[in-house]
Amino acid sequence: MSSNGSSNGAGSSGGETATWTVKAGLAQMLKGGVIMDVVTPEHARIAEEAGAVAVMALERVPADIRAAGGVARMSAVDLIESIQEAVTIPVMAKARIGHFVEAQILEAIGVDYIDESEVLTPADPAHHVNKHAFRVPFVCGCRDLGEALRRIGEGAAMIRTKGEAGTGDIVEAVRHMRALWDGIRRVQHSPDDELASIAKELQAPLALVQEVKRLGRLPVVNFSAGGVATPADAALMMQLGADGVFVGSGIFKASEDPADQLKLANSIVKAVTHFRDPEALADASRGLRHAMRGQSVAQMPAEELLAGRGN
Amino acid sequence: MTAGGTRPLIGVLALQGDFREHEAALAACGTASAEVRTRAQLEAVDGLIIPGGESTTIARLLLAYELMEPLRERIHAGMPIWGTCAGAILLANDVPGLDRPPLGVMDISVARNAFGRQIDSFEADLDVSGLEGGPMHAVFIRAPVITRVGPGVDVLARLSDGRVVAAREGRLLATSFHPELTQDGRMHLLFAAMVADAARTEAA
Repeated sequence: MSSNGSSNGAGSSGGETATWTVKAGLAQMLKGGVIMDVVTPEHARIAEEAGAVAVMALERVPADIRAAGGVARMSAVDLIESIQEAVTIPVMAKARIGHFVEAQILEAIGVDYIDESEVLTPADPAHHVNKHAFRVPFVCGCRDLGEALRRIGEGAAMIRTKGEAGTGDIVEAVRHMRALWDGIRRVQHSPDDELASIAKELQAPLALVQEVKRLGRLPVVNFSAGGVATPADAALMMQLGADGVFVGSGIFKASEDPADQLKLANSIVKAVTHFRDPEALADASRGLRHAMRGQSVAQMPAEELLAGRGN
Repeated sequence: MTAGGTRPLIGVLALQGDFREHEAALAACGTASAEVRTRAQLEAVDGLIIPGGESTTIARLLLAYELMEPLRERIHAGMPIWGTCAGAILLANDVPGLDRPPLGVMDISVARNAFGRQIDSFEADLDVSGLEGGPMHAVFIRAPVITRVGPGVDVLARLSDGRVVAAREGRLLATSFHPELTQDGRMHLLFAAMVADAARTEAA
């Protein structure tokens, strides 16, 4: 990736800030970790206590966004700030797809990462935010390699496969992760002179397709999102090639009891650290009372699915 | 621990963070490495890198997986250790605001997120004492700074404003920045030499 010329600046340290390296570098520090959706400072403290590497500050978890209907927007600034005050781990927040002013506001209050998210109601039917224009890094969702590279081309410094948020059904997360790696393997095994046609087919920048071939993976960190409800789900996504896991509704919709929430959060963190160790996974799964009830994606009408938003 | 005469093995604490980047950097220097997640894996290495990541998370996981005390014992017994960013925070014996006690093995004070939030993360060129070949390009991400060094601690690098970002105390090495995110392998070579020296001394 080229560095991000126009938005660089000199910091108080005398160094160069907001470069591509430092934007993508924060995501490197999150790897092997769990990022948890939280809706209150109390949730944020439980997440930090359990070993989350970051929290996503939200007004409602995706399952409740689904239930509430209506237009889902950026969370209230006061709520995000109260969560920033509650924890020392990085705080992320969501902006609507294409809503660059929500992103400007989130940057102004100093969130550490912006999620341009399909979970909120899209603000622009055709365009995503030009993320190169921001000093704060962005994470964006994808369902396959083309979508991932389009977002990276727009300046996303981290990717998450979308899954289907708020369902507690892992099937879409698996579908998108497998599709992404299928695309990567195909690029890796294609001769150089076919990459231009592949880029055209993927609707992705050729330079990024070439970089995927060189690296054998995405040029940025890739987490899994959308449907993780249990330690086994989290380890499944890690074994399928995720660098880490977002857990949205899975923890705080499983139980109202903070002790249960902490236990489940701890267990999912442990499952991500020891994702290849079945005994540790059994240990992490022991003593859990119940996961969120969930909703089978296969039985949902197409218009209720979020993953198709933004392409 | 490896027997005298074999190549020393450098462990990379793999609970969370950019441990794979350290492994790649060690491989590029021709040094063998192994991921450390369990007590048995810790016992098998001759030196350990604590990578960048979230210091709060890594501190909790060290306690939860019962690695904190065994690691402290190995360090007290002379195992070389290098902490980058979060790792440097864990080495320090004084970290204001960290609610879990860090390893506390190195006589330095460290301020977390000393430069502000993510938008203040930066890159800069640093002169590192003991490294030949000119300044090192250093990447600082939500980085800590070393605000106090004890009498036995050598300062290895400062920012242009004088703040300390690399230090060494005997077999302990701490850097606020991330050499593993650049192609410059000199810090990894320095640490590999520290581990090799220690292994030779133990074998003698």
